[in-house]
Amino acid sequence: MDIIVAALPLLLKGLQVTLYIFVIAIILGFLIGLLVALLRLAPIKILNWIAKVYVDAIRGTPFIVQLFFIYFGVNSLNVISLDSTTAGIITVAINAGAYFAEIIRAGIQSIDKGQTEAARSIGFTGAQTMRYVVLPQAFRRMLPTITNQSIISLKDTSLLSVIGIADLTQQGQIQASATFEAFKVWLAVGVIYFIIIYLLTLIANFIERRVQVR
Amino acid sequence: MSIIIVKNLRKSFGTVEVLKDINAEVQEKEVICVIGPSGSGKSTFLRCLNLLEEVTGGEVLINGHDITDPKRKININKVRQEVGMVFQHFNLFPHKTVLENITLGPIKIRATDKAEAGRLALELLDKVGLKEKASSYPGELSGGQKQRVAIARALAMNPKIMLFDEPTSALDPEMVGDVLEVMKQLAKEGMTMVVVTHEMGFAREVGDRVIFMDGGYIVEENEPNELFGNPQHERTKAFLSKVL
Repeated sequence: MDIIVAALPLLLKGLQVTLYIFVIAIILGFLIGLLVALLRLAPIKILNWIAKVYVDAIRGTPFIVQLFFIYFGVNSLNVISLDSTTAGIITVAINAGAYFAEIIRAGIQSIDKGQTEAARSIGFTGAQTMRYVVLPQAFRRMLPTITNQSIISLKDTSLLSVIGIADLTQQGQIQASATFEAFKVWLAVGVIYFIIIYLLTLIANFIERRVQVR
Repeated sequence: MSIIIVKNLRKSFGTVEVLKDINAEVQEKEVICVIGPSGSGKSTFLRCLNLLEEVTGGEVLINGHDITDPKRKININKVRQEVGMVFQHFNLFPHKTVLENITLGPIKIRATDKAEAGRLALELLDKVGLKEKASSYPGELSGGQKQRVAIARALAMNPKIMLFDEPTSALDPEMVGDVLEVMKQLAKEGMTMVVVTHEMGFAREVGDRVIFMDGGYIVEENEPNELFGNPQHERTKAFLSKVL
């Protein structure tokens, strides 16, 4: 037990890094997802096509390859230089963005056409109809799937340890090899991830109940 | 001047021609009822009047504005503010309260002050007999109540014309009366109305003119007593013998 107590401050420091990257990446990812979903549904062929290529490319390649591509690949061009944290945030955001795009697109399409017609018949523009009528309803429906994807993205951040980011998983690795107590350390790391994800689920459930469509 | 003028209106969905050559005029304060069998094009005709359907050919003039002008100098959103519409399936916004359903347009489009919009909405709710439902959500209302809220929502934009697309077809029979009562009141106040309906009683009692459509054409139009009592065309006779 004292092994864990001794390791805990460093593991929690790692957790801080994990959460920092997760929060920024998930917000960016959501904004990317919203933009791409709207491009996907826009009445302009070329925009639909760009959005589709992006989503397919991300869904069709492993996360770790995307990470290496951005951290090693892009950096090797010597055009910009990304530190590991920035590269990590970008990868998680771009990856989550593609999945969010599909979730949001499906959510928008699930809203009855009559809602749009009613809003347009009052005199709302297409953009106003999206903002005041379609999206608020779509988001309520999407919430469970959005939570799901967020949890997946949180777990994906553990792969960022591979490029040397000092996240929870990386700290686990350091502690495990320093103490030769791999079983206890990894159990502790697992429990910390579990607690965070459990809390995330509770928050999501709370929000879901609050915004339920009556 | 006629407030609605329709000239040689045509509308196709793919290769199916739904409206073939529609010509009609509506005077201010007139109540026009459009009847006809399912698939006759009457709903499509109505939806062309506020461009919920893109027209294939011909012209639609609302209050003198040619909304079908291909050069699109007309801002259709502006025109739609003057043309209220009520749908068969109500299409209330389920995430907003009854009051918010009614105030959303005035607040967001007309930049009406929130308190003022609320006051106006309560007035309209009172008119349709649902003042006590202001803070309810649409999901808590019966069909007839929903439709009356939908009418209030359309009226909140202070439109010059009201379009009704089979407003009572999705209602339980005992709810129909309340909705028709509100529409009668509206007609009495001088609202210009175009009503697609299966309620022959309403058409007869409230309509100034009745249009009978079949197969994408206006087959016959006349004053209600003439059209119902003395139909000129075989198709009108056949239809009326089935529904009356």
